[in-house]
Amino acid sequence: MAELNTGDGGGGKGGKVRSKKQNSKVDLTAMVDLAFLLITFFMLTTSLSKPQSMDLSLPDKDPDDKTPPVKVDENRTMTVMLGENNKMVYYMGLLSAPKIGPKDIAYGKDGIRKELLTQKKAVLAYSTALGKPKNGIIVIIKPTKKSNYRNLVDILDEMGISGVDTYAIVPEFTPEETKLIDKKPE
Amino acid sequence: MAKIKMKKKSTSTDMTAMCDVAFLLLTFFILTATAKVPEALPVDMPSSVAQTKLPDSDLAIITIGTGKDGKSKVFFDIKGREIRKKTLEGMGAKFGVTFSEDDKTKFALMDDFGVPITNLKQIIDMKAADRTKADQPGIPIDSLDNQLKEWLLVSRRAAIDIDDKELQIAIKGDAKEQYPQIKKIMDILQDQKINSFNLVTGTRGKDF
Repeated sequence: MAELNTGDGGGGKGGKVRSKKQNSKVDLTAMVDLAFLLITFFMLTTSLSKPQSMDLSLPDKDPDDKTPPVKVDENRTMTVMLGENNKMVYYMGLLSAPKIGPKDIAYGKDGIRKELLTQKKAVLAYSTALGKPKNGIIVIIKPTKKSNYRNLVDILDEMGISGVDTYAIVPEFTPEETKLIDKKPE
Repeated sequence: MAKIKMKKKSTSTDMTAMCDVAFLLLTFFILTATAKVPEALPVDMPSSVAQTKLPDSDLAIITIGTGKDGKSKVFFDIKGREIRKKTLEGMGAKFGVTFSEDDKTKFALMDDFGVPITNLKQIIDMKAADRTKADQPGIPIDSLDNQLKEWLLVSRRAAIDIDDKELQIAIKGDAKEQYPQIKKIMDILQDQKINSFNLVTGTRGKDF
């Protein structure tokens, strides 16, 4: 590859002193290697350095708002409580007469996501049977004081992944719910 | 009989064009790249699958994280030099602190900060490297002395004055931050009728 060798054989004995003819070709391989390495570096750092962001819209919190609270069918609600040490408890319907649960569940693919998708389908089937196929599942997220920000973002992310459009963050707890989420795992 | 000679091909290719292209791209990437600045309050963001990118201008970032002393702190950052200048002017007028023209220029080039307005001048006078090291106490967000609220209010007004656009608010929280802290910030935002904002997150792996 290297072509820096000069192109003349044994010098002329007794002849004219010739200036050596230099080969003008320079090996650029190393230079190209370096350039591409740097390109890769800059490409990766520029696209990754811009942080992602998640849109979050909260309902208007107006103390003068006199609109009566909307009653929703308890068959459509799923309540997810976020507790200490990544604990999560969910139930369907009302706590006094839950349709499913209350059950502990894990974050991630095999935990809450599966359940969300199953319940979403079930609620959709229920609503369609009532003749209102647009009424999907409503998820109520209740983060306790001991839950952390990662839990909140994780559960909001799950909403995005499983395509649940209606969800609310409600940090209000009934005494029964507090008991449930504070219960230590046996 | 003469043997058929295989033509000997040269193994070397002309790399000049390739080199040209490579360096052209390299130059482009260097020029467009934004240098990563060290953060005054490092936070470990939770990850999500959200793909939306944050805008480059008309953005205020509220950083919530735990400082070196283990206390939860709030830092504030505004993107856009003109808005920063205008915001500092407004805040100075509101709290009776005078900032010189030089201070404003410096402030426009700064990054996030986390000090009460009375100490802001000291931070502005520091060198960039010292600011990161300086133990900034965070912006007060108590109900008695809620400076974050004022910062938000003034910067939003500045954004409307300069760019005629509503300032976007992003919350950049540490993953381990307790929920009540985040809630407090969200409440401050909601008190100003900002019901829609962004949560800054990292990228999650594909197989999540």
